[in-house]
Amino acid sequence: MSDVTFRIKRFDPASGEPPFYQDFVVPVEGSMTVLEGLFAIQEQQDGSLAFRYCCRSSICGSCAMYINGRYRLACQTNILHMGVDRVTVEPLPHMPIVRDLVWDMDDFFAKYEAIKPWLIRNSELPDTELTQSPTERHKLNMPIDCILCAACYSSCPSVWTEQNYLGPAALLKAYRFEVDSRDEGGKERLPRWDNERGVYRCHTITNCSEACPKELNPTEGIQWLKRAAVRRRLLGHKK
Amino acid sequence: MIHHQLIVVGGGLAGLRAAIEAKDAGVDVAILSQVHPGRSHSGAAQGGVNAALANHPEGHDDNPEKHAFDTVKGSDYLADQHAALQMTTDAVPAIYELEHMGCPFSRFDDGRIAQRPFGGAGYPRTCYGADKTGQYMLHTLVEQAYKRHITMYIEWFVCRLIVEDGVCRGVVAYSMTKGGFEEFRGEAVIIATGGAGRTYSTTTNAIISTGGGAAMAYHAGVPLKDMEFVQFHPTTLYTTHILMTEGCRGEGGYLLNRDGERFMAKYAPKAMELAPRDITARAIQTEIDEGRGIDGKAYVYLDLRHLGAEKLAERLPGTRDLAIHFEGVDPVYEPIPIVPGQHYTMGGIDTDVDGRTSMPGLLAAGECACVSVHGANRLGGNSLLETIVFGRRAGTAAARDILGHERSSGPDGNVGAAAAAVEAYVDDLASREGTEDAYAVREEMTEVMRAHFGIFRDEATMKEGLDKLVGLKARLKKAKLRHTGGVWNLDMIRTMELEGMLDVALAIASGALVRTESRGSHARTDWDKRDDERWLRHTLACYEGDDPPKLDYTPVDMGLFEPQERKY
Repeated sequence: MSDVTFRIKRFDPASGEPPFYQDFVVPVEGSMTVLEGLFAIQEQQDGSLAFRYCCRSSICGSCAMYINGRYRLACQTNILHMGVDRVTVEPLPHMPIVRDLVWDMDDFFAKYEAIKPWLIRNSELPDTELTQSPTERHKLNMPIDCILCAACYSSCPSVWTEQNYLGPAALLKAYRFEVDSRDEGGKERLPRWDNERGVYRCHTITNCSEACPKELNPTEGIQWLKRAAVRRRLLGHKK
Repeated sequence: MIHHQLIVVGGGLAGLRAAIEAKDAGVDVAILSQVHPGRSHSGAAQGGVNAALANHPEGHDDNPEKHAFDTVKGSDYLADQHAALQMTTDAVPAIYELEHMGCPFSRFDDGRIAQRPFGGAGYPRTCYGADKTGQYMLHTLVEQAYKRHITMYIEWFVCRLIVEDGVCRGVVAYSMTKGGFEEFRGEAVIIATGGAGRTYSTTTNAIISTGGGAAMAYHAGVPLKDMEFVQFHPTTLYTTHILMTEGCRGEGGYLLNRDGERFMAKYAPKAMELAPRDITARAIQTEIDEGRGIDGKAYVYLDLRHLGAEKLAERLPGTRDLAIHFEGVDPVYEPIPIVPGQHYTMGGIDTDVDGRTSMPGLLAAGECACVSVHGANRLGGNSLLETIVFGRRAGTAAARDILGHERSSGPDGNVGAAAAAVEAYVDDLASREGTEDAYAVREEMTEVMRAHFGIFRDEATMKEGLDKLVGLKARLKKAKLRHTGGVWNLDMIRTMELEGMLDVALAIASGALVRTESRGSHARTDWDKRDDERWLRHTLACYEGDDPPKLDYTPVDMGLFEPQERKY
């Protein structure tokens, strides 16, 4: 058991007060995670602390935060493994705050919706499954593991500077359908991302790939989309 | 007051599937969810979803009847047999539909959906997407909800049903991001809020799996069915109880004790590691209790090393990540320390195969409901299946009622009364004497459930546990809110949900104490045999306020399969 200081960025926009940092000392042992530390504070020291949580096993994407200057899932971050005696916890940077560590995700999901993130089929469906070879299916491996935690979105300078930019998560989703052998929505989806609001606003800074707690590579997906767009302009639509 | 014809509480797989069905039928539907639907606990399901597609070379003569038989046998004959057959029959088109919606299932070389062996199944019929099947299914249905422009009230905490003249008229919900309570009224409400795993201290369940929806229905007078049947998953990580999918054993993983022995040979010589969960969890617990845990400690090993790095990367990548991040063990090189942990709530809101409850206007689907298709022990791969099959059926039934004008929205004379009642209740929470700590009560409750209503049960232990729960319920009344702010008030949410959790825990405890037999997950050391003559029946727990629940019993639907001794 050792004492670790949690320095938490607090903010209540309704209060009229500016954001501030508040320290809490938490006794930490063994496998305790940052999320568990936040619960310990909420339960024993300050019932007003606000944060998102759900699965506590790094699959739901609720608890992406900025922890000691890095994008992390609070539930996946073992406190002692960080080897520090102070843990600074901030909400994802550059995002509008609801309260404390909770930020307003409406824009993030509006952009997700904007790229038509669903399988588009125009031809008739068979009575059984649409077949897909293992090789075709492998192309989906990276993008389908996105948990929509928005760490990438918060880390992207193009998002910071252009509020209409769709951002890495939405574009990764577009890529996920573009590379799906079953999808027939290429033409329909193209105008959603083949523009300044879309892939061309990505300046390959690759913060997104560094920030991703699932170790995915949104930049790779966006670059693929750029190539596909150029190919389509030169050769016409294939699907 | 906000009106939608259909109000779906919960945005996991069952809620989403219900909403999609109703929307497609032309109903104005809204989903209310405590988290963004894509964050629901359905997404934590790993190993797969059962359907007799007969895609696997060893399963070419599989069919829904065989799937139903395995389900009923797995349930220790407590499942309603025609309901189980309904589920397994609906399973096949449900999986094709999900695939057509874009769900990225793993594939066999011929391009068809891949299937793997799972516990208690006669054939390899578990369709999967690596070991993230729940996440892929959930994201697929979220995508479909966006496609249909289904209205979603995200981060709204539903706390009460609105019941007028015995009819469900809507819900009261708290806006987490804006603050304040709102009435949502409609012609029907579908509860799809998932299980109650968090009543136990050692659970695989998400932190929001508190049984809130079941508690709401229970408080409103709808019985909870078969709550004493609580599934313990055999393989959860030793320190965190995070799930290690049954797919690990489906792909050939071993369970090993201190002596390196594949001990399942003693408990299920034919099925070995792929015995059903109740049997496997008891085997592991027995090994631990008898001192054959690793180094005498309270865990055994799940060994995947012989599967090789390549197979793990292809079939079980998430398992490897979880073991590394949360247990510090890389399964390619080391065996994984595991213990059984609470995993699934077989019981729930008493419904028929269309999700209807005893209360007009109220339906339920998914883990919060009990049809019953899982009986005393659910088979792995049948929970994801239940969500999409019975979610769809509940959506169909609600739409039929609404569009057939069987249900009218009724007079609006009481609008505002329900929300005002909740506000008064919260004021009361804030002004209590505050001599007790709600979080201490919560922690003690989860420990009582683990220690007194765990894998092995007996009269004396359960009686003591029940008394403790009654004491905790009294103590909770003296706990006071510490925070009264409007926006994102976790203190209020967690205190309110704890009341429901305690009542759900009491329903589990009461049913378990009275049932003097061992059936499926309910294993009593003092009554170690199944007793079909006295106990082949469902328990119904009815809420009685401060008194213990009133227990009632209903017959099990039989007619397809004769009960026999379960051997694997």
